[in-house]
Amino acid sequence: MIIKNLTVRFGSFTAVDDVTLEIPDGAIVGLVGESGSGKSTLARAVSGLVPYTGAVEGVDPGRVQMVFQDPLTSLDPRMTVGASVAEGLRLPRAARQAEVERLLTLVSLPVSLAGRYPRELSGGQRQRVAIARALGARPALLIADEITSALDVSVQGAVLNLIRSLREEIGLSMLFISHNLAVVRYVSDVVAVMHRGRLVEAGPAEEVVKAPADAYTRSLLDAVPRLARS
Amino acid sequence: MRHLLRTPAGIAGTLLVALMVILAIAGPLIWGAEAERIDSAAILQGASAAHPLGTDNLGRDILARVLVGGRLSLGLALIATLIGAVAGVLLGALPSVLPRRAARLVTGTVNALVAFPGLLLAMFTAVIAGLGARGAVLGIGAALAPGFARLTQTLAASVAGADYVSVARMLGVSRWRVLTRHVLPNIAEPLILNLTQALGGALIALAGMSFLGLGVQPPSFDWGRLLFDGFGRIYATPAVALGPAAAIALAGIGFNLLGDVLARAASRRATPPGEAAGRPVPEVGELGEPDQDAVLEVRDLTVAFPGGVTPVRGLSLTVAPGEIVGLVGESGSGKSLTASAIGGLVPYPGEVSARRLRLCGADLDELPEQERRKLLGTSLAMVFQDPMASLNPALRIGGQLAEVATVHQGASRTEAFARAVDRLEHVRIPEPAARARQHPHELSGGMRQRAVIAMGLMGEPRLIIADEPTTALDVTVQREILRLLREVTDETGAATLFISHDIAVIGELCHRVVVMYAGRVVEELPVEGLASDAAHPYTRALVASLPDMETDRSRPLASIPGRQPSPAEVPDGCAFADRCELASAKCAELPPLIPYRAGHRVACWEAK
Ligand SMILES: Nc1ncnc2c1ncn2[C@@H]1O[C@H](COP(=O)(O)OP(=O)(O)O)[C@@H](O)[C@H]1O
Ligand code: SF4
Ligand SMILES: [Mg+2]
Repeated sequence: MIIKNLTVRFGSFTAVDDVTLEIPDGAIVGLVGESGSGKSTLARAVSGLVPYTGAVEGVDPGRVQMVFQDPLTSLDPRMTVGASVAEGLRLPRAARQAEVERLLTLVSLPVSLAGRYPRELSGGQRQRVAIARALGARPALLIADEITSALDVSVQGAVLNLIRSLREEIGLSMLFISHNLAVVRYVSDVVAVMHRGRLVEAGPAEEVVKAPADAYTRSLLDAVPRLARS
Repeated sequence: MRHLLRTPAGIAGTLLVALMVILAIAGPLIWGAEAERIDSAAILQGASAAHPLGTDNLGRDILARVLVGGRLSLGLALIATLIGAVAGVLLGALPSVLPRRAARLVTGTVNALVAFPGLLLAMFTAVIAGLGARGAVLGIGAALAPGFARLTQTLAASVAGADYVSVARMLGVSRWRVLTRHVLPNIAEPLILNLTQALGGALIALAGMSFLGLGVQPPSFDWGRLLFDGFGRIYATPAVALGPAAAIALAGIGFNLLGDVLARAASRRATPPGEAAGRPVPEVGELGEPDQDAVLEVRDLTVAFPGGVTPVRGLSLTVAPGEIVGLVGESGSGKSLTASAIGGLVPYPGEVSARRLRLCGADLDELPEQERRKLLGTSLAMVFQDPMASLNPALRIGGQLAEVATVHQGASRTEAFARAVDRLEHVRIPEPAARARQHPHELSGGMRQRAVIAMGLMGEPRLIIADEPTTALDVTVQREILRLLREVTDETGAATLFISHDIAVIGELCHRVVVMYAGRVVEELPVEGLASDAAHPYTRALVASLPDMETDRSRPLASIPGRQPSPAEVPDGCAFADRCELASAKCAELPPLIPYRAGHRVACWEAK
């Protein structure tokens, strides 16, 4: 699929400015940039949640699903895990339970969690529930917006591993948004950099990280905190 | 329920409302006959032993009539409130399911009704619906509806903006189902709270209508009607009017108090209630002599909240001058509360205890209140994640900084302002004199955080506590703030306690790292050892699970299964045991924090 000349304006403010970006089938495209650079607005436009000009081609708008930063606010606190995951299923009642179980297993959660409420789960488990719910709608494109930013490092790894295994096992195309360059580099095939609403650079992950073409990308790379490893 | 009975207002409200409910049920059964008994020998009497509130024009006992009239007053108030609530919630919720045009029409109508005076609306409806109880109830219901509609709209709008509603929309869930499954259940609680308060209002308004002769008509009687009957005699025999008036006032106050307390309890419920009673944290080891060189020395610090919630459990920490110590741990491990306890900022009803809490060589527990505040005000600088927590949005930056100097150092206003500009320049805020005249919202997040650091530098801080100061900032800005903190520490010789959940940031900035887990220190080591010499399984897992720019992309990342126990359910033994690969039977006992190598301490049975 391809995003062509997409622009989003809020009044006189241009949040996303003429962005063109290709998301190859079965690839993970990582999108980095500072807060306010327009990453989430681009994601919401592609999901059909905000009006835009330009075009999103090669994907039916009803087949885009999104997973948000804070799994606690993206799950209805009064619905069980099972009910949340079942929400997007277009299946007869009888087939639902089996499908919920399949989805929970797909995101490596025990089936027994279906009867629990979001507050009883850890942050990482909640985020997997949100992913399972999105997968239930059989999306052609999954947008992950800062899905590990609210998680502790100790559980972030498991969610990132899940994202990669989903690409390998079911060939899911994904737009993976994060402000953390190390995280984006780890999961993505292609890295795209946004700055003040514009796309300043896009290319194969290792290339962008090793030989950034844009000055802003370079300053982002320089600022990544590094643990001295011996 | 426990919240209700904890404050005087809660107790009073609960008692009053319970009394009213009992009265409404039992009153007519007990005093019904008495209230109707006509006694021509005792017409229009004042207060007496036989009739404490006097009698009316047929010689009926007014006290009995007040006790009986409660049922009608309360019952009508309840019906009026329910009418108002149902109509209001419908009006408020409709716009979210109607097509856009119709939705706008409904919203506009509600807005117009909210602006219309409630009393007029009530009288207007009452007059149209006909004199009497029915008209009054409909009138009050109509007057309450716009308020409920507005509240429903506001609440529904906040839920409609929630991520889970966006998700439901993306999944193609219909608007009606979104309303009934997601929106209404999540706004029910505040609506019900509002109902309690509206009930008090309705009761008083109905009494008012009856008092004006628009409400209940004889031979029925409610409190308002009794007040109406007695009012003409208020100067001759005051008791006949004061009795019903007191009943109305008490009921109104009762419902309002209860509503208030319920609302406050609901907003406090954000923190989960603990079940077990507070377990004492065992005190370990000799206390020893105080460390005279340390800027900060904390021994066995514990912070506890009612209900067995103990987020900080026997924490010890020493910081030397010029040292940058990093306190790292996942959220909820007690880092922020540790900082608050040192600054004396733990919110009520938290309780802080420590075997030792020394700042700049003085025991904070032993200092008189005023000296303690002065010491904290001048020697300790605190920087939080949200700079707006430290800045008053209504005041100019320069004035806020200057205030520190005028309050704690007795500087004159011009001196203080000059120093403020100087400090702003010191933290490299461009055009400091101009910035000093601006309000906080005119500065970017990074600039605000610099201003807060400058504020800390108004005194001569010996210790800077920075709690996640860069978490809300972008990496490029984060790097500048870290550099600034390092410079400030080098220049002033102050010590810094830097708190973060991000072990990479800690690794870049700090000299020494203290790792917290579930309220305790599990490891303490020089930063050089973080990547390869960490001995505690938790620290090792934290380091291993962190992706960096060199991580092998073909291999899965390390991660830790399970979750940190909440502060109400921390086990007696090692809190990490149920996530630890090395755990054995021995780990049911708490491992002490003991020396491992030079400058390196670990709390783990397996670290040898
Ligand atoms: N006012 C409070 N009442 C009850 N529990 C609290 C309160 N403040 C904090 N806590 C609890 O204490 C624990 C530690 O909190 P905190 O010090 O903020 O951790 P950290 O800064 O490491 O994320 C959390 O589980 C939190 O729920
Ligand atoms: S004490 Fe036991 S459970 Fe705790 S970290 Fe060490 S080995 Fe693991
Ligand atoms: Mg904190």
